Amino acid sequence: MNPLKLLLCFSVALAVPLAHSGPTIERWQTTSGARVFFVENHALPILDVQVDFAAGTAREREGRAGVAALTRELIALGVAGMDETQIASRLADVGARLSGGVDMDRASLTLRTLSMADKRAPALDVLRAILSTPQFPADVFDREKARSVAALKEALTRPETLASRAFWSAMYPSHPYGRYATPESVSALERVDVVAFHSANYTAPRATVAIVGDLSRTQAEALAEELAAALPPAPGLAAIAVPELPAASEQRISHPAQQAHLLLGLPALKRGDPDFFALVVGNYSLGGGGFVSRLMKEVRDKRGLAYSVHSYFLPLAQPGPFQIGLQTKKAQADDALKLTREVLQGFLEQGPSEDELQAAKQNLIGSFPLRLDSNRKILDSVALIGFYRLPLDYLDRYPENIEQVSVADVKGAFSRHVRPQHLVTVIVGGE
Amino acid sequence: MPAREPDTVKFYQKQFMPMPYARLIPLLLALAAPLAALADTFEQQLANGLRIIVKEDHRAPTVAHMVWYRAGSMDETNGRTGVAHVLEHMMFKGTPSAGPGEFSRRVAAAGGRDNAFTSRDYTAYFQQVPKQQLSEMMQLEADRMRHLTLDPREFAHEIKVVMEERRWRTEDRPQSLLFEQLTAVAFQTHPYRVPIIGWMNDLENLAPADARTWYDDWYAPNNAYLVVVGDVEHQEVFQLAEKHYGPLEARQLPVRKPQDEPPQLGIRRLTVRAPAELPMVMMAYKAPVIRNVDQDVDPYALEMLAAVLAGHDAARFSRHLIRQQRLAVEATASYDSTARGPGIFYLYGSPSEGRTAAELEAGLRAEIADVQENGVAADELVRAKAQLIAGQIYKLDSMFAQAMEIGQLEAVGIPYTLNRRLLEKLQAVTAEQVQAVARKYFRDPQLTVADLDPQPLPPASGERAPSALRH
Repeated sequence: MNPLKLLLCFSVALAVPLAHSGPTIERWQTTSGARVFFVENHALPILDVQVDFAAGTAREREGRAGVAALTRELIALGVAGMDETQIASRLADVGARLSGGVDMDRASLTLRTLSMADKRAPALDVLRAILSTPQFPADVFDREKARSVAALKEALTRPETLASRAFWSAMYPSHPYGRYATPESVSALERVDVVAFHSANYTAPRATVAIVGDLSRTQAEALAEELAAALPPAPGLAAIAVPELPAASEQRISHPAQQAHLLLGLPALKRGDPDFFALVVGNYSLGGGGFVSRLMKEVRDKRGLAYSVHSYFLPLAQPGPFQIGLQTKKAQADDALKLTREVLQGFLEQGPSEDELQAAKQNLIGSFPLRLDSNRKILDSVALIGFYRLPLDYLDRYPENIEQVSVADVKGAFSRHVRPQHLVTVIVGGE
Repeated sequence: MPAREPDTVKFYQKQFMPMPYARLIPLLLALAAPLAALADTFEQQLANGLRIIVKEDHRAPTVAHMVWYRAGSMDETNGRTGVAHVLEHMMFKGTPSAGPGEFSRRVAAAGGRDNAFTSRDYTAYFQQVPKQQLSEMMQLEADRMRHLTLDPREFAHEIKVVMEERRWRTEDRPQSLLFEQLTAVAFQTHPYRVPIIGWMNDLENLAPADARTWYDDWYAPNNAYLVVVGDVEHQEVFQLAEKHYGPLEARQLPVRKPQDEPPQLGIRRLTVRAPAELPMVMMAYKAPVIRNVDQDVDPYALEMLAAVLAGHDAARFSRHLIRQQRLAVEATASYDSTARGPGIFYLYGSPSEGRTAAELEAGLRAEIADVQENGVAADELVRAKAQLIAGQIYKLDSMFAQAMEIGQLEAVGIPYTLNRRLLEKLQAVTAEQVQAVARKYFRDPQLTVADLDPQPLPPASGERAPSALRH
């Protein structure tokens, strides 16, 4: 490839602007039943494809924790006719990058490739093979299992990992969101577990395909059709159970680190909940708005208790957490905890001031263009909309939905979703 | 400050390996340049010495505005390490016309995001905003370029925040400690030996007057440059810059002493004991960096060597050490050919269970010896170059990444206008040149090796934890 030739073809195309509201999302279904979401954009010679399966950790069976991540890892390490080195080499030869991962709900495969036919075709061939003929070679399984166990053992020495695990377990004591892979659970996995997890969960009805970039609708249709062709049209999706709300609790775990890690939260919000916008606006004032949030002002700016303090909602298929987190030197952990609880309590009682509300809306609406100013960001949004079945005009209507929120809406939404009698607290490394 | 998005997803991650955190952009990519850059990039200099570099990118109605100062931790003096970064924090603490917190409040009200970063070589501040807000961002940045209040009470709070940052970033992360100690041993005279965030004892004793001196020394239009990338017209940006930054006066800058590192005369070894599970070995070979873009050869060849060793999942370390020999759970190489100070080529990794750091060190050395003796294959080099080109194009998807690239080149004294030349030089690297640099620079007298000796955590069953790890 001549790079300088390449340059000329797209510096001309750079002048094509993206839409100022949300991008136009086209949507259809493949014959095998996978749902497809497409944004056409020829400004750069780049194509991004993300395939998501409802195959996250919440789909693991009791006693098989770790199988979701291992399956996602192994799916790209051996297909019919190509071993892992050939796969990686073929992608590297055309400059393509395969990434992705697993969360509670989703297993993701994300491919970024140049869009010129001679680059794009080999990269997409690899992705198609990964989706249709993964082999899960036994020796690769053994090795990746050992690497996962080593990584887990290392992670379990870290205060942030210990805090996160205790926190999720406390929030979801008898729910799959609260289960975690351990060195023991991963060591007990066998190759058949991965094969079974794959065939049960990597199916067409559980798949969404998001395509963003330099491709025509016709090409995108053909691509989606090919990618999803071999996915089994297996039975649809059983819903993840609704988590019960935990009783308020406080857990302290000792650790030699200089800083204590504090987490407070509870299961709070699912995707598509009508209170979403009120909670986003409110959380901006509480702890989501960076340096202008109450938590940052009180904990960091006024007292120097922490480098970082945040709060956020993580909406999932079932209510995901509302979380406040910070780190502080261990001697002042209790002061910081007390202060954080006071800030939260004050916010729950009074809600944001009118000024805070306006500041939150001004930023959330004003910064809207920044959420969509690259193909990568558009891909993230489109994949999310597709996977969680959010309305296709979700992005278009985002600003007006934010604008409509009132102080009373925020107070009402927080009183429904953040109830102190269910708040769990974890402190790792305090005194 | 790391901002958290409400959409943050908790992805599964493997063992995280530390990168030298001076850089925010992956090393290989940091080096070269957007292929499409020059046609839409423009430059002007104000009478007070401030340079303005504008790259037009009209894909979306946003803009990235960055102010870069040619002063980083390498310009600090003994006893005042960390002051560059502390001042960066203090830059958000107000001027007579915009009090404490006002800067962030106005950026937020403008629908913007902002932050700053300090490296060994520079300190930079940025905002990403809807394009119509650029003028206000310039007004705010120009104001704090010369009119910072540096209130001692604000300083007293903020220095505590920075110490918390050091605890979070370094003290409680064994791999960060390993890297910090390794660097302090590899360099004995050059200021690169000092961590960017500073030694804790220096932070504990830093005074507001130290921050004031640093600010007055280095924060001046003739020691800074703007990088603006986004949906803007360059002439309009130049006019705005003249209006906001033009009135600031140039200042006399301190003399910079070279503080060259004397030649290393033999291998150096050190151990860091810290609570962890996996051992780690980190090897640092002294290496050159680009000083003359056209005439240099070796730094480009070293970049290609790093890519052949560890640039992708099919590269040598992954293929040999992780997959075939199962000697390592992680193994990588990293090298940055651009820096104001001296260069280092790093090899590091963690051994598999049952294998030792010494065995992994031998494995890493064997990989180098293989290149020294047998060279690299043509297809390996082609693959590394394909990655490089693709990475350059992917960078065009991000205005922030494009602005970072321009800023980082300028920070080390390489004009951004030479970025295409850099890429051509990389493309021209031959297999013979890669073999030659492997032979020339990977020698024991140039090597420092650090081992992480993992210590078990104390039993967690409600016992009081012993006092924290030492550093």
